[in-house]
Amino acid sequence: MIDLVALAERVVARAKAGEEIEAYVARGHDVEVRAYEGEIESLSSATTGGIGVRVLVANGSEGARLGFAWAGSLDEEVVDSAVAEARDNAMFATPDPDVGFATPDGIATAELDLWDPSVADVATDDKVALALELERQVRADPRIRQVSSADYGDERIEVALASTTGVRAFSRRTAAFLSASAIAGEGTDSHTGTGFSVARGFAGLDADRAAQDAVLRSTRMLGAIKPASDRVTVVFDPRVVSTLLSVISSALSGEAVVKGRSFFAGRVGEKVATGSFTLVDDPTDPRAFAAAAHDAEGLACRRNVLIDSGVLQGFLYDTVSARRAGSTSTGSAVRGGYAGTPGAGCRALVLQPGHHDQQAVLAAVGEGVYVQSVTGVHSGVNPVSGDFSVGIEGLMVRDGELAEPVREVTVASTLQRMLQSVLHVGSDIEWLPGIAAGQTLAIGDMQLSGS
Amino acid sequence: MTAPPLIDSDVLERVLSASLAKGGDMAEVFAEDRQISSAILDDRRIEELSSGRERGAGIRVVIGETTGFAHTADLTESGLLAAAEAAAAVARRGGGGTEIVALPPRRPVPERNAVVPSQVEKTAKLELLSRADDAARSAGHAITQVQVGYGDSRRRVLIASTEGLLSEDDQIRTRLNVGCVATGDTGMQTGFESVARTEGFELFGRVAVEEIARIAAARAIGKLDARPAPSGELPVVLAGGSGGILFHEACGHGLEADHIVKDASVYVGQVGQQVASPLVTLVDDGTVSGEWGNYAVDDEGKSAGRNVLIENGVLTDYMWDWLRGRREGRPSSGNGRRQSYQHLPMVRMTNTFLLAGTEDPDELIAQTPRGVYVAKLGGGQVNTATGDFVFGTSEAYLIEDGKITAPLRDSNLIGNGPEVLRRIDAVADDFAMMPGTCGKDGQSVPVGCGQATLRIGGITIGGTAA
Repeated sequence: MIDLVALAERVVARAKAGEEIEAYVARGHDVEVRAYEGEIESLSSATTGGIGVRVLVANGSEGARLGFAWAGSLDEEVVDSAVAEARDNAMFATPDPDVGFATPDGIATAELDLWDPSVADVATDDKVALALELERQVRADPRIRQVSSADYGDERIEVALASTTGVRAFSRRTAAFLSASAIAGEGTDSHTGTGFSVARGFAGLDADRAAQDAVLRSTRMLGAIKPASDRVTVVFDPRVVSTLLSVISSALSGEAVVKGRSFFAGRVGEKVATGSFTLVDDPTDPRAFAAAAHDAEGLACRRNVLIDSGVLQGFLYDTVSARRAGSTSTGSAVRGGYAGTPGAGCRALVLQPGHHDQQAVLAAVGEGVYVQSVTGVHSGVNPVSGDFSVGIEGLMVRDGELAEPVREVTVASTLQRMLQSVLHVGSDIEWLPGIAAGQTLAIGDMQLSGS
Repeated sequence: MTAPPLIDSDVLERVLSASLAKGGDMAEVFAEDRQISSAILDDRRIEELSSGRERGAGIRVVIGETTGFAHTADLTESGLLAAAEAAAAVARRGGGGTEIVALPPRRPVPERNAVVPSQVEKTAKLELLSRADDAARSAGHAITQVQVGYGDSRRRVLIASTEGLLSEDDQIRTRLNVGCVATGDTGMQTGFESVARTEGFELFGRVAVEEIARIAAARAIGKLDARPAPSGELPVVLAGGSGGILFHEACGHGLEADHIVKDASVYVGQVGQQVASPLVTLVDDGTVSGEWGNYAVDDEGKSAGRNVLIENGVLTDYMWDWLRGRREGRPSSGNGRRQSYQHLPMVRMTNTFLLAGTEDPDELIAQTPRGVYVAKLGGGQVNTATGDFVFGTSEAYLIEDGKITAPLRDSNLIGNGPEVLRRIDAVADDFAMMPGTCGKDGQSVPVGCGQATLRIGGITIGGTAA
């Protein structure tokens, strides 16, 4: 097995005079099993590896030029040509005084144990058995007509980073998941529901819970109708809130702010949300799915308070966006694997919990609509303008309880207005896959558009 | 001149033979060599010039209804044999014996006469970005930010299987996109436009990037005065080429055979039935040269096809890949695609379009007393099992008294596929295509969508205005 840190260091050692080099080297192993009708539909296993190289060439008083290249291989000769390509690409970039790599800032990295060896040690047969068991449990409910997917998956990811500016970082993490999609009902009264379970390792997975969730979410939609348009209070399910926070987070990226693509720009110190809304990004919390000791430029991840009791505190920065803003990196560089370059972003958003669980939130709201899933987030939510319009499935809330199911309906507002209309933040934090935890959230005065 | 194959046939034959050593009905090697280059101009700077290379092979072993899959970036014989062994792990029957695999001779890869982007000077690509940036910024003082993206890819693929199949393709794609932010008293708005074709750099001899930029800028500026979109149900007129994505979502996904064989589509058992207005004839055609979803052979080595899915409103067929076709005892329709060698193939659309009608688009608007005119659609999403789908507007206007009037803020429209298809009551003659990226089960592939101006009698608009 290639030593990733040594490989990254070898790449960095190739820097010529007047050059800085940064190498990001990653390796992953993954297994995926899909069960169908009591058999294995597919079993995939794979090892992937690759490198991303950034080269910075000094350009006198004008700053420096940055070039990037990547390769889906860890072979030395391929790595060599990536360095050459990155160097060549740098010749064509606009010289920029703000570009540069991270330099160690003295903040210590958190001690996080994100590696569960069971992912590697458990026999494939046991992983297959768990996927089959998940499917069996979902099908056991007579109202379930079909299980379109019942999957087990796991991954092991190792990343090494090195740069001529003094960065040396290595991290590794594991994840395992179960996911089932159930279809309840017949003909035009068909409904789907997805249930899942995620954990660091095999032992943490909960097939019962994933199966029950898929069954509950599909069967409670049976008989759903299209409701009449109305002005309503909306109670969002924790999973949906995780999605909403992810969208809002793109407006909290320092990069979006310095480039004039965020509705939060210029509003630090202002009250942008109701007093009950405190939003924190803390990748050092090991319960977060994307928890990390260091960011995608090798700086220590740290806890950043973004909105405190409704007041905007600041933004998340990587090295370049921080320089542009006249600030310093918040250890918030993220990248989409070895083929991507770093940008500023969130990893572990969570709202400060309120005092009510979901049931109590519903009781407090009294009348409204509960949203269990949303569609069209990428087409109907604009984090620049704040316009918000999504398709939903869910249940009406009547007398403080879940009532009849509704479908083929949208809810709309603007993100700005929604943040100012938060009625309740739930106490029910769920650590979900992605970059944000979920918890129940009630927002007033939204437009429900139906018949 | 034909380039050397990604893997020699004698190696392929030995690897395929080893793949079935423990039993199995079919084994397949999918090899891919993908070179990508991209550049981003943002905030007036050439910010990121990127080059990437990915090479590897995915090996699939099918036994009954079970598929084993493994992939490797190591294209040597030993690397491939290791992947073959991993893929064959699902074969528990054992004792498959020795299968002799003989592949047919190579056929020449179709000539494309493309200007291969990797042979174009980087400065020529960067000049496109600057020209687009200048054009967008000169569209008006309200334009406060511009991002221009350029990308090209060359994807060589080779597919060989124990069914005696040996296919190769060489796919070249080029794209340019412009995103603008306009700022006014009411806040910020965005506008986006792109051109993307399955062809080489010659694309930019024909397409002026300034025009792409001006469209994106005008879209952002126009929305500064936009009023909230209505809520509730209204007639909607979709401009020609604004987004055949309506059909992609309303029925395209539901006609993919993997959803059909799992009884996870509202279109199960509907072949021969009236599923849409008689004005609807829907085609999926991977052979349309140059369109974003075009290829010579799919990712299972099957030639691209022209498949009529709905004819005059009657469902004629679904789209098939090898695996789902085999189940029903029929051939693939050339719709087996995968994002890369690291993925299993599944049924995917190519270029999906509604054939043009006969009406005059202006007349069609004039005959609509009140409704919404959508000049440009964003993305969409469908639940194939329920048929409910959404699609977003990124440029839309009110229609009042048969005239296009006030611009509207972005919103999603929501409907049920079969219901919406039945409510299409007019189709014009101004057919146009547009490119898109289709995501399914975690895999993204390039697709084309097309349609002429058409009207839906009523669909729910998810705005905020009462």
